[in-house]
Amino acid sequence: MLSEIVDIIVYLFLAIGVFFNLLAGIGLLRFPDVYTRLHAGTKCTTFGSIFLCGSVILLGLKMWYTGNTDGPVFVVHTAGALIAILLTNPTGAHAIARAAHRSGVKPVRAVVDDLENKPAKKATKTKEAEK
Amino acid sequence: MMENFNLEYLVVLGLLLLSIILCLIRVVKGPTAPDRVVGLDTINTIVIVGMVIFGIATWNVIYIDVAIVYALLSFISTLFIAKYLEGGEF
Repeated sequence: MLSEIVDIIVYLFLAIGVFFNLLAGIGLLRFPDVYTRLHAGTKCTTFGSIFLCGSVILLGLKMWYTGNTDGPVFVVHTAGALIAILLTNPTGAHAIARAAHRSGVKPVRAVVDDLENKPAKKATKTKEAEK
Repeated sequence: MMENFNLEYLVVLGLLLLSIILCLIRVVKGPTAPDRVVGLDTINTIVIVGMVIFGIATWNVIYIDVAIVYALLSFISTLFIAKYLEGGEF
């Protein structure tokens, strides 16, 4: 009984994860701009990765419950991969967005760009000039 | 190896491959360089998840270890390309 419920939850998690990863690909194709594409590509893949890795973790916990000693190994290693994704994905997205803005890519249909008035590059240059 | 493969995970891996192909179209088509970098970053994340799914499908832990190392290396390469696009000193 418990095993069947866990199986249904695992398949549900797999479906949700694959659906959001497909949404990332579609959003990457359909959005008009670097920043909106970054939004689609990063958020959807992070959310989908949580669910796909969560299904693997649930399956490992079920194996552990039924007495298979390979189960805890899968749980710990998949949790390590999930933590690596969760730490590196938003940081990389922030770095790409900052690089795109500083290399001069404008948002489509943007009227006001508040960041343009105070670029951080000039501040570092004046600091170097003071030295 | 293939006799241990759970066939229901083949559907998941095929749909992830379709998503990678959609991102690859953006990498080929992208008008500016940051567009291509966004596509590559998305492909990296999907490949990591695909490795985890492949590891549970073939019941081998070694693919999940490879996924952890791939995640950290792709993060470093993304930061490096972003720093290059920004035009700063390393």
